[in-house]
Amino acid sequence: MTNKKVLRDYFWVVLFAIFIIGSLSLSFDPGIRIYANFSQFFLEMITFLPLMFLLVGLFDVWIPKEKIEKHIGRESGIGGTLWVILLATLQAGPLYGAFPVAYLLSHKGASVRNIFIYLGVFSAMKIPMLTFEIGFLGLKFTLLRTLFTLPVFIIIGIIMEKYVGRDFKVEAGR
Amino acid sequence: MLILILFTVICLLVSLAVDRNKTFEGLKRGARMLLNLLPALLTVLSLVSIFLYLVPEGMIVKLLGAKSGVMGVAIAAAVGSIALIPAFISFPLAKILLAKGVSYTVVAVFITTLIMVGVLTLPIEFKYFGKKAAIMRNVLSFLGALVVGILIGLFI
Repeated sequence: MTNKKVLRDYFWVVLFAIFIIGSLSLSFDPGIRIYANFSQFFLEMITFLPLMFLLVGLFDVWIPKEKIEKHIGRESGIGGTLWVILLATLQAGPLYGAFPVAYLLSHKGASVRNIFIYLGVFSAMKIPMLTFEIGFLGLKFTLLRTLFTLPVFIIIGIIMEKYVGRDFKVEAGR
Repeated sequence: MLILILFTVICLLVSLAVDRNKTFEGLKRGARMLLNLLPALLTVLSLVSIFLYLVPEGMIVKLLGAKSGVMGVAIAAAVGSIALIPAFISFPLAKILLAKGVSYTVVAVFITTLIMVGVLTLPIEFKYFGKKAAIMRNVLSFLGALVVGILIGLFI
C-alpha cells in the first residue's frame, strides 16, 4: 500500500477528524453533537469488530474448503440453504460485520445463492434482534415479518445467482 | 455481547492449544481484513453521525406521523432505506410511532426497509460485492421490504 493510497482512503476521515477537533475546541454545538453520535457508533464497532475478525481469521485457517463446498456449495441444495439460515440467525451485530464472513464463505466455495441468502437472513432474522423486536413490537408483528421475509430472501438469492452468475466471488474488501 | 466475548476467547484458547503457528496466521489474516475495511467503515460512521444530527428522531416521528396512505408508505420507505439506525433505537422508535396512531403498514415498511436496505453502507458493500451486485441486492431488498411491510399491514 503506497502513501498516496493511504491518503486517498483516509481523506474523508481526516477531514472529519479536523472538523470534530475544531468543533470541540471552539464549542461548535452541531459538531459536538455529531461527535456524540459518532462516538456511540464507534464504541459499538470497536467492541464488536475485533472479535468478529478474530473469529473470521481463525475460521479461515481451520475450516477446510472442502467442508464448506460440500455443505453449502453449488450441489448442496435445500440442506445447504438451511445450514446458511441457521448460521446467520445465530449471529449478532450490524450488517457490515457480515460482509467479511460472506467473503470467507465465498472464498471457501459457498454457492452464490447461499451467500446472498446468508446476508439477507443476517440483516433481518438474527435471533438477538428478534428477541428485542418481540419486546417492543410484539410476537405477532415479529412472527409475521419473519415469515414473510424468509421466502423473499430465498427468491433474492436465486435472482442474484442468475444476475451475477454462478462463478461470482465476493472480494476481500479493499 | 458477553457470549460473543466468551465464545471468541474459548475459540482462541483452543486454537492456540492445538497449533500456535496456525493461530497466529489466522490472527494475521483477520487483522489484515479489518485494516482493509477500516477507512470505508470510518467514512460511513462519520456520514451516519452527520445524518443522525441533520435528521433527529423527532423529525422522523414528524415525517412519518403526518401522512398516511400511499404517501406515508413512500416516505417511510425512503427514510427507512437511507437511514442507518441501530435496532436498539429503531424498535422503540417504531413503538412510539404506533402509539402516535401511525398505521401498521407505514411502521412495518419503515422497519423492513431500515433492516433490509442500506444506502449509506453502500460504499462498504461496493468493496466486497462490486457496484453491480451491491446495487442489485439493495434494489431487490427494497422491493422485498415493500412487499413484506404491506403484507404485515394487511395481516396484523
